Amino acid sequence: MKIAVCIKRVPDQDVRFKIAVGGKSVDETGLKFDMSDFDGYAVEVAIQLTEKAAAGEVTVVSVGPDAVQETLRKALSMGAHRAVQLKLDTPVHDGAAIAAALAAELQDGGYDLVLTGRMAVDTQNRSVGAHLAERLGRPYIGAISKLEVDGGTVKARRELEGAYELVECALPAVLSIDEGIARARYPSLKGIMAAKKKPMDVRPAQIGAQHYVLDLLALPPERAAGRIIGEGPGAVPELVRLLKEEAKVL
Amino acid sequence: MSNGTNVLAFAESRLGNIRRASLETVTAARRVADQTGGQVHALIAGAPGIAVHAAKLAAHGADVVLVIEHDGFTHYNPEALAATLAARIATGYRAAFFAASAQGHDLVARTAATLGVSYASDVTEFVVDGNTVTVKHPGYTNKVIQAFSLTATPAIISLRAGAVLPMENAKAGAVEAITSAIDPASARVKVTATEPSGGAKLDLGEAPVIISGGRGLKEAANFFLVEDLAAAFGNAAVGATRAVTDDGWRPHSDQIGQTGRLVSPDLYVACGISGAIQHLAGMRTAKTIVAINKDREAPIFKVADYGIVGDVLQILPVLTEAVKQAKG
Ligand SMILES: Cc1cc2nc3c(=O)[nH]c(=O)nc-3n(C[C@H](O)[C@H](O)[C@H](O)COP(=O)(O)OP(=O)(O)OC[C@H]3O[C@@H](n4cnc5c(N)ncnc54)[C@H](O)[C@@H]3O)c2cc1C
Ligand SMILES: Nc1ncnc2c1ncn2[C@@H]1O[C@H](COP(=O)(O)O)[C@@H](O)[C@H]1O
Repeated sequence: MKIAVCIKRVPDQDVRFKIAVGGKSVDETGLKFDMSDFDGYAVEVAIQLTEKAAAGEVTVVSVGPDAVQETLRKALSMGAHRAVQLKLDTPVHDGAAIAAALAAELQDGGYDLVLTGRMAVDTQNRSVGAHLAERLGRPYIGAISKLEVDGGTVKARRELEGAYELVECALPAVLSIDEGIARARYPSLKGIMAAKKKPMDVRPAQIGAQHYVLDLLALPPERAAGRIIGEGPGAVPELVRLLKEEAKVL
Repeated sequence: MSNGTNVLAFAESRLGNIRRASLETVTAARRVADQTGGQVHALIAGAPGIAVHAAKLAAHGADVVLVIEHDGFTHYNPEALAATLAARIATGYRAAFFAASAQGHDLVARTAATLGVSYASDVTEFVVDGNTVTVKHPGYTNKVIQAFSLTATPAIISLRAGAVLPMENAKAGAVEAITSAIDPASARVKVTATEPSGGAKLDLGEAPVIISGGRGLKEAANFFLVEDLAAAFGNAAVGATRAVTDDGWRPHSDQIGQTGRLVSPDLYVACGISGAIQHLAGMRTAKTIVAINKDREAPIFKVADYGIVGDVLQILPVLTEAVKQAKG
């Protein structure tokens, strides 16, 4: 089985962000970068599928500046076989435009499965997967938390609010991966060594037209510092009073 | 594509029940239509009988309710719905609103992709001004507010729960039966079952109050304490940390945080939750946060408006009783 996984390089989210001068990006000073959480799960799913079948190939693709090679290399060290950088030096936020570049790369690749993450944790757009599927003319199942590939059929589970859906389609297909399927493995030393010899192609990104353009980033208002109002069950009456009189939620 | 003055609202339903998010999309559409001088068309699809919800959509501002009644829409039929919505929108609308829900995220992306246009996802604020549409959409695990211009026409927008409060504004709500743009049975993607996950009964995205439990509850069996407090509030949903969903105490759909749901309720009660940064990412925009934790140094207390230090297993029953009394 030939699988392609689209991965995005994003800043680690475990920080307090600052806005860069100009207001159009976060200040990258001191930030660490990695593949977006859900893309890590997608890479893991792809590797597990080829491991289980003891056959197949996983190609990872990323649109972005040369720095994305580091992220692609990590996926290779997890066990992906080939990487493609679609080089783009200016940030693009429009999912339709990014999907156009990915589709141009993937359309003639003969992929049985194309995976994306449920969402990129920086832009939180959740749009690339569906746009990509449409451009590739493939069926699409989004945000799946369980997957079974049986012959030519995909069976998946999607989490809804307080419910879930079971969904089916035939291969070839595009799927976007939610949490719950698999945890991204840590690259082994052997994997890291092997990754150095794996192919990494660089091609210019054929980015699509952009109609969703970032104007400005801003930080949300700060939360007031926390306050401990008491200890044990004895503090309950005071809490209820505050919820009634101050917060007005009771 | 022609650029009309009418505004479309997709009315989400599940197994014949309309979802509150529908009233939000209709209210949002009404607001824009009043500006453009156009009409609001609400579209709802389901098995025969779904038309009963037309009155509710009319009460919230729909001039016309477009109804598809067909067994092929008993479960969510993403391809047939996206094809139908895209065909409809292509006849000329100024804007189209969807919910930023599990179904809505899927459908809005497919519909926009079918039309080949960009759209704005998970929007918390929007302004339609002549030909320009500007929106705000949280990013970076809700730690950064992003402002975007959407220059695609029509403007396709998915709305985060709570971004628009449903408002009654009764209109005619003329019911117009329409048919699917493709044979519903021909869809390549088939939803074969829709089942409750045994999790939150109220939608986490919609509930004004969320009572959330973490590993401090010690075992799955103790989660009834969290459910009891939610029941005492009456308007509360139950959430959980990843520690808890990983251990299977609660379904994944209840998980709040960076890789779960991002919520902004009026009140968030964190019970036995340490307040790991990935959890905070999902709930720190709540208006009021209460934390109960036996560890005075737990990071959750840094964001809690009201913290109680102590054993959650002892405090919850007392709090539940007190809330019941306060609610009278
Ligand atoms: C990539 C990534 C993504 C993640 N995404 C998420 C996410 O989306 N959501 C999420 O929640 N987590 C997420 N996590 C996990 C997160 O880092 C934490 O591990 C998790 O939130 C901890 O859950 P917890 O607070 O229930 O458990 P713990 O951290 O174990 O905390 C339990 C708390 O209960 C308290 N306690 C114990 N006994 C009692 C008692 N009797 N009474 C009162 N208090 C008591 C303890 O003092 C402690 O503070 C993610 C982690 C990673 C690496
Ligand atoms: N620049 C990119 N390069 C490769 N894949 C991407 C890129 N941006 C987004 N994706 C993929 O699309 C998914 C959804 O992203 P988004 O629609 O931006 O939330 C991500 O999880 C990735 O799998």
